[in-house]
Amino acid sequence: MRELTRMRTWLRAVLLALCAVGGVHAQHEDLTPEQAQRYQKLVNELRCLVCQNQSIADSNAPLAADLRDQVYVQIRAGRSDAEISAYVTERYGDFVLYRPPFKPATWLLWIGPFALLLLALGIALTFARRRTRGAKAVRADADQLRRLLEEDGQGDRR
Amino acid sequence: MRLPRHAWAILPVAVLLGLVVLFAVGLRHDPRLVPSPLIGKPAPAFELRQLGTQTIHRRDDLLGRPVLVNFFASWCAACRDEHPLLMELSRRGVEIIGMDYKDTDADGERWLRLHGNPYRTVLADPEGRAGLDWGVYGVPETYVLDAQGIIVYKQIGPLDAQTWRDTIAPLLAAVPAQGR
Repeated sequence: MRELTRMRTWLRAVLLALCAVGGVHAQHEDLTPEQAQRYQKLVNELRCLVCQNQSIADSNAPLAADLRDQVYVQIRAGRSDAEISAYVTERYGDFVLYRPPFKPATWLLWIGPFALLLLALGIALTFARRRTRGAKAVRADADQLRRLLEEDGQGDRR
Repeated sequence: MRLPRHAWAILPVAVLLGLVVLFAVGLRHDPRLVPSPLIGKPAPAFELRQLGTQTIHRRDDLLGRPVLVNFFASWCAACRDEHPLLMELSRRGVEIIGMDYKDTDADGERWLRLHGNPYRTVLADPEGRAGLDWGVYGVPETYVLDAQGIIVYKQIGPLDAQTWRDTIAPLLAAVPAQGR
């Protein structure tokens, strides 16, 4: 039992140490709270090119560290978020932005899913309408048949 | 839409074929190769020390003739792969500028002594600041500049003989060499 408690304490220490390591590069104490918030937002919206599918905030690649430094330096220099984004895209292209801009080259990216959805809806509607039209025709046939049968029945009685 | 009944049977096949084409193109595309937004634009300005000296070189020193600008480092394993080709190209008179990326002068010079120096000039970029301005995200990367200093091509990863023959050599041949 005591063994277990000791192990738990040890495990907690290791986890705490890991957390500390993860937070190391986020310490820019001289930023105002507002600047720190902008820093966090920017580094989380920029993609690391070396280890793709990680933001530069998450990545330990040297290039990600360089880009984080640039974001930090430029925020301190009073540049706006748009200016900092432009600085990075001028060098690495729109690919670094997790939220790409809306322009001719990215129209397909932004509109594509909605266009596909519309197309699918259109096809579904066409099929559905065709099916109701078919059902109506069957109902019309049935009505006609009943009428004929009824007429026929009356004829028999006569 | 009033289509004959059989026309609709083609739809799934058409969709499937479309997907096959999409995948054939998409899966052959390497997502690690990010096209540079600098193609067709003037090479970024820099002010760098020549490796092992205090002599400063600038972007404008590259103007007047087509050059290759090759970012390399002594710690970069893939740079060894392309090195024989660079040596061969320099023997054939191709001008190559070396950018020793995130390296120390001593390590860079030792590496060049060991493997040979294919560069007309080697510049030191110890903090990778020039690399950042040029959009380098992993060495080796090679930029092809025309005589006006416009970037006409960027090779990400090691240069190979086929890319040289099929892509870069024709580009350089098309570039009029000014001031020679």
